[in-house]
Amino acid sequence: MPEQSAITSEEVAHLAQLARIAMDDEELAALAGDLNHILGNVARVAEVATDDVPATSHPIALRNVMRPDTVGETLTAEQALSNAPADDEGKFLVPQILGEE
Amino acid sequence: MADLTRLSALDLAQGMAAGDYSSTEVTRAHLDRIAAVDERLNAFITVTADTALATAADVDRRRAAGEELPPLAGVPVTHKDLISTSGIPTTAGSRMLADFVPPYDATVYRKTQAAHMPLLGKTNLDEFAMGSTTEHSAFGRTLNPWDPARVPGGSSGGAAASVAAYEAPLSVGTDTGGSVRQPAAFTGTVGVKPTYGSVSRYGVIAMTSSMDQVGPVARTVADAAALHGVLAGHDRFDSTSLPEAVPDFTAAARAGAAAGLAGKRLGVIKQLQGEGWEPGVLAAFRAALDAAEAQGAEIVEVDLPALSYALDAYYLIMPSEVSSNLARYDGMRYGLRAEPESGTVTAETVMAATRAAGFGAEVKRRIILGTYALSAGYYDAYYGSAQKVRTLVQRDFARAFEAADALVSPTAPTTAYEFGAESADDPMALYLGDIATIPANLAGIPGMSLPAGLADGLPVGFQLLAPAREDARLYEVGAGLETALASAGAGPVLASAPEL
Repeated sequence: MPEQSAITSEEVAHLAQLARIAMDDEELAALAGDLNHILGNVARVAEVATDDVPATSHPIALRNVMRPDTVGETLTAEQALSNAPADDEGKFLVPQILGEE
Repeated sequence: MADLTRLSALDLAQGMAAGDYSSTEVTRAHLDRIAAVDERLNAFITVTADTALATAADVDRRRAAGEELPPLAGVPVTHKDLISTSGIPTTAGSRMLADFVPPYDATVYRKTQAAHMPLLGKTNLDEFAMGSTTEHSAFGRTLNPWDPARVPGGSSGGAAASVAAYEAPLSVGTDTGGSVRQPAAFTGTVGVKPTYGSVSRYGVIAMTSSMDQVGPVARTVADAAALHGVLAGHDRFDSTSLPEAVPDFTAAARAGAAAGLAGKRLGVIKQLQGEGWEPGVLAAFRAALDAAEAQGAEIVEVDLPALSYALDAYYLIMPSEVSSNLARYDGMRYGLRAEPESGTVTAETVMAATRAAGFGAEVKRRIILGTYALSAGYYDAYYGSAQKVRTLVQRDFARAFEAADALVSPTAPTTAYEFGAESADDPMALYLGDIATIPANLAGIPGMSLPAGLADGLPVGFQLLAPAREDARLYEVGAGLETALASAGAGPVLASAPEL
């Protein structure tokens, strides 16, 4: 079990930054309260999750799902760009990613 | 002519095949009903009248030409607005996708089209299927046809309400933790979550990939079976799709209705009753068990201790997978793009502003919770432990199915509650309502909710669970139970619904 120290607004701000969601102080404080409350309830899963129990990632696991390597239908560039907020010359147009040039 | 909206899907199919009425007449009757009641009910985000009438006209032309048509040809259907329909807006109930028009079809939509079923429209849901009330939709809440002050359940609340209100005979929903079964219970309809992987999810907007499943909503067990048969089957576009052949669900329902429940062992789940369950719900459930016993069923009790941890595991696994799946809504390739109100405009600040503006509070809460549960130092204790609980739940189910043919419980601890009754101040209180439905999603097994009488004038859902790949058993036992309840005077439940 990780120690159950309360999650602070600062920690939520870090999570929000990782999740790329802009939030104001009020939202951060409310979420800190929610997270503490929810995690306080659900952390008991660790009580029964002993080393001898294997984890299940998918309820009905399939192995090595393959298909024949044949040419099929795909979206055209025009279709793929049809919902783009901005596009240019057949490409998605996005805001600047790296720092100043 | 009789009111065509009141007939079952199978009766409509039979009537059209016999030439009693056309698909155009059937489709128009449902569009008229939608026009009359949906402004109040708000079960639909988009009504696709032209698409529906075009399919109906095509069916009528083919039938007139003597063409052999699939069983549900001409019977109208709706799809939850989480299911991609090319050329028709698909919003997921979110501002993020308010203007999204998919360039391709989900396999399940392609299948209802191939079955010549007119699409009446796209139904309302909690944003990205996250919720149990359909209040968390960017397009307004859906009302429960039984009482406009009450929630229709969720997240497939629009799907269930549209079927309960006779706006559509059949509807396609999705169920990640109970999102087909719980709204079916709250509206007096039949809802099924198939075995994980048995219905394609290609083109269905993902929420929790290890649990999401598409399923039918209908007014009778046999109608649900017929739609399930259209939806199921292997799809090479979905890597979790099971390769097995699809059983004849309609035949299973017919056999169950004819044979009754003699010799069927129903295992009452010890953990899904008692404290916190409404007395009226438990009374209706007990009465349904008595009706089943009177028709020859054997009632046994089964103990599944791991279910005490199922809700906790779900509320770790679900947000974890949500945080990963919803990372794709970044304002770059499709969906909303918002710019920050101040500061520099970079890809990163645009992403943060887009996700702040596009997602509602519940979605944000789950993304942040999942981001935390998956973060370094906590992964093993939270996500890792939850996945182990999943193994324990599966083991408990395997043991219980040795003692019973189907496991049974009420579908939800309560009937439909009033809007705002479960306040946003306590998300855990709302999450508790999913206690009976979540275990099937954790274990991948199929489940059905069917109406079992009333409590204080509101429908009560009776849940049946079967082992993985035994979906046909749900229809066999479900149809037997439906018949038993009707002979006991506890059905059809929708006959008691008030006029809208």
